[in-house]
Amino acid sequence: MATAGKISGVSPIRKDHDSRELAARDTATLPIGTPLIFELSSDGRAGADLAPRTKGARSGAEILGPELCRDDLPGFPELSEPQVMRHFLCLSQLNFAQALQFYPLGSCTMKYNPVINDEIAALPGFANLHPLTPPHLAQGALELMARLEAALAEITGMDAISLHPAAGAQGELTGLLCARAFFNKRRETRHKVIIPDTAHGTNPASCRLAGYEVVVAHSNDRDFIEASEVRRLVDNDTAAMMVTNPNTLGIFEPQIAEIAAALHDKGALLYMDGANLNALMGVAKPGHMGADIVQLNLHKTFSTPHGGGGPGAGPIGVTRVLEPFLPVPRLKNTAAGWTLDHARPDSIGRMRSFHGNFGMLLRAYAYILALGGDGLANASRLAILGANYVRKRLEAHFPAASAEPSMHECVLEHDLEKRSGVTTLEIAKRLLDFGVHPPTIYFPLIVHGALMIEPTETETKEVLDAFVAVMERIYTEALSDPELVKTAPHSLTLSRVDEAQAARHPILRWQPK
Amino acid sequence: MEIPKGLKFSKEHEWVTTEDSVATVGITDHAQDQLGEIVYIELPAVGEKISKDDPFGVVESVKAVSDIFAPVSGTVIEVNEDLPETPEVVNEDPYGDGWLIKVRMNDPSDLEDLMEADEYAELIAREKE
Repeated sequence: MATAGKISGVSPIRKDHDSRELAARDTATLPIGTPLIFELSSDGRAGADLAPRTKGARSGAEILGPELCRDDLPGFPELSEPQVMRHFLCLSQLNFAQALQFYPLGSCTMKYNPVINDEIAALPGFANLHPLTPPHLAQGALELMARLEAALAEITGMDAISLHPAAGAQGELTGLLCARAFFNKRRETRHKVIIPDTAHGTNPASCRLAGYEVVVAHSNDRDFIEASEVRRLVDNDTAAMMVTNPNTLGIFEPQIAEIAAALHDKGALLYMDGANLNALMGVAKPGHMGADIVQLNLHKTFSTPHGGGGPGAGPIGVTRVLEPFLPVPRLKNTAAGWTLDHARPDSIGRMRSFHGNFGMLLRAYAYILALGGDGLANASRLAILGANYVRKRLEAHFPAASAEPSMHECVLEHDLEKRSGVTTLEIAKRLLDFGVHPPTIYFPLIVHGALMIEPTETETKEVLDAFVAVMERIYTEALSDPELVKTAPHSLTLSRVDEAQAARHPILRWQPK
Repeated sequence: MEIPKGLKFSKEHEWVTTEDSVATVGITDHAQDQLGEIVYIELPAVGEKISKDDPFGVVESVKAVSDIFAPVSGTVIEVNEDLPETPEVVNEDPYGDGWLIKVRMNDPSDLEDLMEADEYAELIAREKE
């Protein structure tokens, strides 16, 4: 049994101090209220020694002309180099990082991002390549994109891939616009898209953006969608159904093939949201399940960094009949090498400037090559093993919300709200005191007080055991000393932030004092 | 959890009180408690028609975004203008200053489908299990 101390790859696990004592000591050494860099500025201080302007030389303003000069800016902060270094290094240490700590944020697949990805992306031939470089001078980059398309087509079992979408939600929109163009081409007008009650919120949002009405499909009492429910809802006015598989409860949709058949019988398409592909890589293919469109979240499944909101990469895969509608330009192999084909009359047009988030595409390709086919399959199997291990070890106090077996993540419940008034949010905040990033909470919405835990494949048994010990300790604390949990975190620079006030009255820009 | 007698309740956790053919609608204490701190409320405009069991507004909390379902059909004749600026009033006083809209009902028999306080209390108790 591991000690319930801080879980971290770098520092030894802490002994069991009283956490409030611990808090007082820890915060004393942290830079509370670190000023903004603008507030550290001092007139005339500089990090570089610039030679004075030669006598008679014109000033910048004189060279540029008055129309290009602004006098309404506060100016750049003036600091020495060590000040700048300390400032940003201190800020970076206030961050929570996957490279430092356990990050089981369900549905987000915060997997470790291998260093080789960044090494490859930093190669000067890639890093310095201007996006406007003409294709004949960027053959290597274009070929890499073509190879990535081929790899993703193999992994998903789809016929064609577009790398354009900048993130998962944009992939959803791109896929739905392709579906719309497909029906328009056939002179069919369809208005509805079916979405399960377990879906990510982006699904209905993408439908509305693409001009579709949302029809909700209800999960059965075993938390998956039955083909009979789809047959009840689908008609000739249905364009598609969006299914996340595994669904957001981390459960494989066992009737996916029958669902696909029910849709296809009415001429509707199956859109598979690949947000949870980390359970399937190299093991099962959406194309084999009957998907017509699938989006991949490279920033999740294929290990590109995405803490703090991006950048993402959300390629889509489609069947042959949908390929003509993919965004332009398309990569095309000709006698003269790789070119960018814009002459595609049925295309929905551009979805993204240049070539998508190329830096992320590079990293994802490096990841795929580094692991290989068997490696990817093993990663998925380990992700599933880790989630089921945590689920099993926690089942006494945090039982799974569903009796079905978990895939790469598990959704757990607890009785603490009833027993001692401690809520899921407060458990999540308390986890921060032990160096654990909280799991996703209160999602999916159909589970009361949900904790959605996705350990990912790279976590060792020791880390998972330590996490289980921390969860058990919090459970005990919630009963013996609920105030301790309700007022957590105690050991961080900031304690409980006022999320409601921040959402009601956001201050989005620094204002000079 | 406060469940005042004399109000009518819907299974979607709205309350209704009536004066002649005008219904005042809000969300229940249980609903605000489950949502957590409310940060944004979207309400219909005066003059809009709403239909029983269809969404007429949206409430967003730090936890989730939820539709608000109409407990009766009718025309909106007044909305609580204070809520966009101070949505926290719904948390603080869900049955009083936190009311949402006033509706001129098409058909007062809509009220017959709603629950009395004790029935609603049972519903919440069942949901908690």
